[in-house]
Amino acid sequence: MDFGLDKKSNSLKTFNTIFIFVWLLLACFPFIWTFWGSFKVRADFFSRADWWYAITAFNTFIETGARFTKEAYSGAWFEGEFWKASRNTVIVTISVVSISLFLGTLGAYALSRSTKNYAFWILIIALIFRAMPHITLVSGYLFPFFQLQIWGILPTTIVVLVAINQPFTLWLLYSFFKTVPKELDESALIDGCSYFQAFRHIIMPVMWPGVITAGLFSLMLAYNDFTVTALLLNQENHTMVPKIQSYLGTNQHEGNLMWAVSAVVSATAPLFLLVMFFQRQVISGLTAGAIKG
Amino acid sequence: MPNRSFFWFFFPAGLAMILFIGLPIISTGIQSFYAQHDQILIEVKKCDPFGCKTSVVVDQEATSKLKEEKPLGKFNGFGTYIDRNHLASDQVSEFWNESKSVGEFIGKVGNLPFYKALVFTLTYCVIVTPCVLLLGFIIALSLNAISRKIRGPLIFGTILPMIVTPLVGSLVLFWMIDAEGIIGANLQILMNDPYLSVKSSKSLTWITIIIYGVWHHSPFAFVVFYAALQTVPQEPLEASIIDGASRFQRVKHIVLPHIYPVVTFVALISLMDNFRVFEPIIGFSAEGSAQSLSWLIYDNLVNEEVILFGSAAATSIMTIIGISIILTPVLLRTWKEFRTNR
Repeated sequence: MDFGLDKKSNSLKTFNTIFIFVWLLLACFPFIWTFWGSFKVRADFFSRADWWYAITAFNTFIETGARFTKEAYSGAWFEGEFWKASRNTVIVTISVVSISLFLGTLGAYALSRSTKNYAFWILIIALIFRAMPHITLVSGYLFPFFQLQIWGILPTTIVVLVAINQPFTLWLLYSFFKTVPKELDESALIDGCSYFQAFRHIIMPVMWPGVITAGLFSLMLAYNDFTVTALLLNQENHTMVPKIQSYLGTNQHEGNLMWAVSAVVSATAPLFLLVMFFQRQVISGLTAGAIKG
Repeated sequence: MPNRSFFWFFFPAGLAMILFIGLPIISTGIQSFYAQHDQILIEVKKCDPFGCKTSVVVDQEATSKLKEEKPLGKFNGFGTYIDRNHLASDQVSEFWNESKSVGEFIGKVGNLPFYKALVFTLTYCVIVTPCVLLLGFIIALSLNAISRKIRGPLIFGTILPMIVTPLVGSLVLFWMIDAEGIIGANLQILMNDPYLSVKSSKSLTWITIIIYGVWHHSPFAFVVFYAALQTVPQEPLEASIIDGASRFQRVKHIVLPHIYPVVTFVALISLMDNFRVFEPIIGFSAEGSAQSLSWLIYDNLVNEEVILFGSAAATSIMTIIGISIILTPVLLRTWKEFRTNR
């Protein structure tokens, strides 16, 4: 059903198509452009003389003998040790997703099946926690972590990210479990199952759509995080996003800015592919809190 | 669910939240009352053939010993809160007495670091949030009128700016608007000013960051509005078409009232997100002309000489207070809902 448009009105339809086209250009072009530019040398992508060089690859041809070069990628991945950063990101992301889903499903199931007042207050506190800017939490972590000497290592960051992620995961899975009929597990309880058995045998087989959505959001949070990883990890353990920032700091070096460009492309590509495959789940997760509330 | 089972189900998640969200907030609160130790100075008498001189030097040994004994620093009470880098009560009252007009006073206060950051943060929130709502709504309306077959890829393209991390998103834009990038270079040609640079002008930097904010957050508003549009009932719409309502009237009187609860939800969520703006400032290297509250905290924490725990904590606490003020309506609404649902 068209809300704003009649089938007859052609001029409005054209206008509408143009508007969507312009918006898509605004939304996507920066990424396409960066992807394109990452195969050029710095003198082309950041050209002092003429921006058109980025398209004709004038300097790239002079410097490397071809229109496209993988120099920026090999520089960043090997010389700049981006492989290490991406390995760290993989470790952090997988751990955060699995741990936070494990904690989140149990907790959210309990919240959805409890009729007590405290369940409501826990949800409210989770809402307050979710609103906390991460940087304020980090300013609370740094000092105790230095004292306990657990600063800079991956496990600390993983646990912190899991905790930061919990409020959102709890809310998302809570609203999902609310849609799973209570009668399902209640009948199992009547048959003599414990709550844990009911969860294991009745709820677990049907919870995967919700868990996949929650997992995607934990993944995006862990993968995209800058605040926590930049301040809680030492140089050696940096994940991708703080690593990209570290390439920016050393601008004097000719190649480094291009390292950052290729690193940005390398870090963004897997995320885009993931969202392409799981678009439906991402959108259902974003709207979960909104439509009902 | 009985309390006992509830406890065991919820225990792991609850423990994680208490340890790593609850305690850090308390820890921040405690740290905000402490400040770095002053260096311990000693007088050293130095004698050479021409006479004796006393000079004051830092007693390194005693200073590091003191730091080891009391790592938190010295107790400072509310001192950090009212010093020059935060609420600056002395400076503000001094400006109040000195200034001849209110405008002059506001101008002077606006140059103090904390107020400068507060002004930027609030400006960013106040401009970006309505723009995000409006743009998101228009995109949702207009995409909703496009043929269903090609909507999938269009939605994918639309949400791209939202799924990349703010640092990457702002870098990608920054490289384009840089004087050596495609948009920056074309702007120079267009404005006929070879020295035009977004970086060098304060207002241009602010505009860039605000445009970035709208670009980054609009897809979220779009997704939520788009989903809400799918639930708008058909009968009143058809009836209104028969009654001869114009498109604008239909949107205003039927669609908007239906999705109104969602609008407030999106507004509050993006207000909260905008309040913590800080990664774009790093991405755009805009520290010079735009600072936000979160950026101030970050800056204290990455300080090279000595990490300013107390200063960062004081700013954090004030940020948390700001967030709580924004959050109150959300909490009230959730509470009301809970009451009516029971």
